[in-house]
Amino acid sequence: MPVSDFQVVLGLEVHAQLLTKTKIFCGCTTAFGGEPNAHTCPICLGLPGVLPVLNARVLELAVLTGLALGCRVKESSVFARKNYFYPDLPKGYQISQYELPICEGGAVPVALGGVEKGVRLTRIHMEEDAGKNVHDVAADGSSGVDLNRAGVPLLEIVSEPDLRSVDEAIAYLKSLRAILMTLGVNDGNLQEGSFRCDANVSVMPRGSEKLGTRCEIKNMNSFRFLRQAIDFEVRRQVALIEEGGKVVQETRLFDPDRGETRSMRSKEEAHDYRYFPEPDLPPVRVPPELVERMRRALPELPHARAARYRRDLALPAHDAELLVAEKETAEWFEAAVAASGGAPEAAKKVANWVNGELARLANESGLAASAWKITPARLAAVLRLVDAGTLGGPGAKQVVEEVFRTGAEPDAVLGARGLAQVSDEGAIEAAVDQVLAASAAEVERYRGGNTKLMGFFVGQVMKLMKGKGNPALVNAVLRRKLGG
Amino acid sequence: MTRGAEELGRLGLAEAGDAVGRGEVSARALTEAALARIDATDGKIGAFLRVAPERALAAADAADARARGRTRRSAIDGVPIALKDIFLTRGLETTAGSRILQGFVPPYSATVVERLEAAGAVVTGKLNMDEFAMGSSNENSAFKPCRNPWDLARTPGGSSGGSAAALAARQVHGTLGTDTGGSIRLPASFCGVVGVKPTYGRVSRYGVIAFASSLDQPGPLGRSVRDAALLLQVIAGHDPRDATSSTRPVDDYLAPLEGGARGLRVGVPREWLAGGLEPGVERAVRAALQAYEAMGATLVDVSLPHTRYGIAAYYLIAPAEASSNLARYDGIRFGLRAEARGLRELYAETREQGFGAEPKRRIMLGTYALSSGYYDAYYLRAQKVRTLVRRDFDEAFRTCDLVAGPVSPTVAFRLGEKAQDPLAMYLADVFTITANLAALPGLSVPCGQDAATGLPVGLQLVGRPFDEVTLLRAARALERELPPPALPEVG
Repeated sequence: MPVSDFQVVLGLEVHAQLLTKTKIFCGCTTAFGGEPNAHTCPICLGLPGVLPVLNARVLELAVLTGLALGCRVKESSVFARKNYFYPDLPKGYQISQYELPICEGGAVPVALGGVEKGVRLTRIHMEEDAGKNVHDVAADGSSGVDLNRAGVPLLEIVSEPDLRSVDEAIAYLKSLRAILMTLGVNDGNLQEGSFRCDANVSVMPRGSEKLGTRCEIKNMNSFRFLRQAIDFEVRRQVALIEEGGKVVQETRLFDPDRGETRSMRSKEEAHDYRYFPEPDLPPVRVPPELVERMRRALPELPHARAARYRRDLALPAHDAELLVAEKETAEWFEAAVAASGGAPEAAKKVANWVNGELARLANESGLAASAWKITPARLAAVLRLVDAGTLGGPGAKQVVEEVFRTGAEPDAVLGARGLAQVSDEGAIEAAVDQVLAASAAEVERYRGGNTKLMGFFVGQVMKLMKGKGNPALVNAVLRRKLGG
Repeated sequence: MTRGAEELGRLGLAEAGDAVGRGEVSARALTEAALARIDATDGKIGAFLRVAPERALAAADAADARARGRTRRSAIDGVPIALKDIFLTRGLETTAGSRILQGFVPPYSATVVERLEAAGAVVTGKLNMDEFAMGSSNENSAFKPCRNPWDLARTPGGSSGGSAAALAARQVHGTLGTDTGGSIRLPASFCGVVGVKPTYGRVSRYGVIAFASSLDQPGPLGRSVRDAALLLQVIAGHDPRDATSSTRPVDDYLAPLEGGARGLRVGVPREWLAGGLEPGVERAVRAALQAYEAMGATLVDVSLPHTRYGIAAYYLIAPAEASSNLARYDGIRFGLRAEARGLRELYAETREQGFGAEPKRRIMLGTYALSSGYYDAYYLRAQKVRTLVRRDFDEAFRTCDLVAGPVSPTVAFRLGEKAQDPLAMYLADVFTITANLAALPGLSVPCGQDAATGLPVGLQLVGRPFDEVTLLRAARALERELPPPALPEVG
């Protein structure tokens, strides 16, 4: 059977660093970077005698996330110790949640190919991050441990095996990421590892109900690597079954240099984490007042925002999805629509700019919408110039690019660069005459019935006018002269 | 040792504090006397793992300056005490009686140490103990045994052996210990002093090296009930750094102390006197119960049927938690690090060399009890027993205000007597363990001597949660009615 005869089944575990100022069980800063072990204290170093105290903000953000994703937020949940030895784990155990997590159930809305689907969640729990081992730094070849990250708060968000393709998995992650960023819970940074993902991958023959044996894939720190890793893993599992073999349950590590996954540890080698309730922390209580407070603090979520764009601004679904993926972009978009009068026609024009030229410029510069030098008001000014016929399409693009880079006023750019559209009929006629005179053969063929050549004439005229000719007038003049 | 040093050693904690307050003696003189007594007697006793003379004298001089400036901080300002080596002391080596922590100088102090020092107490040094508080005889100290001042061939009890022996030998005026299954009450009983295990959560565990986190509780030892109450008053109370510490306001332990026993309903758990006690212990305990009746208390027959499951439950829960708590001793960040090639060997060698036999035994027990497939049968079931033990007490406290009985089935046993038999050693705690499982306050107060050996016997009192007041008042009443035997002369 080829790969296409198999159904891919995916479940994802996301680790999202919470945007708190301090660590989950001590007062150290969560700031990224810093000299190794600069952001540590006896508690996150795991010195003898220390005790954890839960950061109240962590609980708030967990509750907020649970509410946003429609989870059952548990009135009582329990921290547990996950025991294993590793140098980056100072206490020899990670404080996590096990049998009684803070949130159960819920779903992440995922839109793919115009179809909306809720990907069910198993659970969300709170836990502390580990530090990291540092190799090849010391002159004597010994390794070091940096515990700056140890104790940074995480939410682990576990999906059901509801995902049926890599595209769905990526759409799920993008939707979840956008939600967490909108909530202000996570910064969405995959490269720095503040939004990380492990994938449980299995395959089964199409039509089968019985899930295949899964492998857990780790170490994918970009959407591209996730796609590569899952694609590789699916092919590997299918090939294994094709050869009459069996998939073995194991943890596999993605190697981005080779684009493949390789075995890290088998089920037999899997740690026995010896979970038990953390005796140093009483059960976590979530009083109804906290739930109410967080409910009131819930911002409009990306999918609700997209629905509003479709409904109130008559935007196509695709446009709306792109706009809401980043909270700042959506806010910028709304400000620009407002500055342009707020009508659906204006909204569509703004959306085209934001998802097109501005997205390209933002991508090149790496700037988030809040840092753009082109303000919503400046884009609105560009739109007005276009509507007034002062600025043509190519000119507008140049103006926007320059405003994006410099923050200058569109009017000024237009004047300084001489980008104003030419609507003077005399000037256009002169240009048209010049083009037609130089293209006798094409004129002959056009008049013989090859009307497709109109595009050629328009292009020639525009080229001559350095792109500034009013397209409608250029067309009208050409038609009149050629028809005569 | 000078005659003066010996005389000063006879002062209780409260008396010594009063003497400093009245200007009759300086903190420096008290401290020099304590250091002299430690110097003279500790070669025989072995109560101290570390004496800190400079630190102590500096603290004493500061206390004297306050006394002169009439800015005394508390009733114990300037009085020499000592701490079980399980309490972290900033700048002063702390080992929990283990080689794996040899040389570990903490960068911070335990909350209770901060509170004692803020009250002006003079810390003279760190006291001997069973390694990581695992033991009932102090023989599991990695460094040296501690001996009972009543009979140097005998154990002072454990795990806070040094804390009780230092008091019985009159080296200092008060000490702190910790009690996970009886580790304050047993040595107090064996050494003829008073030891209090407060309600779980009454005293902060921050900066106290963890053995079994859900059972550990620091507490005071004194040569009198008042001394112990005075120390408890200083160390008790909520600590924002310990999430399991109670926010309940701390009662005044001293004012009601002389309230007597009249009208008190003293529960006598029939399972605690059902045989198995040494005759000398049983006689002393029954005499104490009679004394309560004589003072106008009522004896009430109560039942604690799950007492006999206490040891089994305890020896699943405590090792399980210990196996996890001791994982941080890995040679990476502090303490002992063995020479090794590679990570696994580093772990294995460090822990092989650093831990003694008892911690290793308990790490293995606990690891097993928590392993996949065994958790429900062991750890979870033990937790259920714990609930039943607590219910026994709740039921008993419907008809009595506290329960009274033996601390231990025996008086202090000989060094080496049970060292090779862990199970026999574990049984020394059969009566004390239930108070830890149920998170209740308990204490040991001297109630007589064994006729055959002359060794002291302690009476155990266990009370309602956070009702240390009643326990201390009842203990004080007994102390008045049956004055404890004079402490032995170690000289």
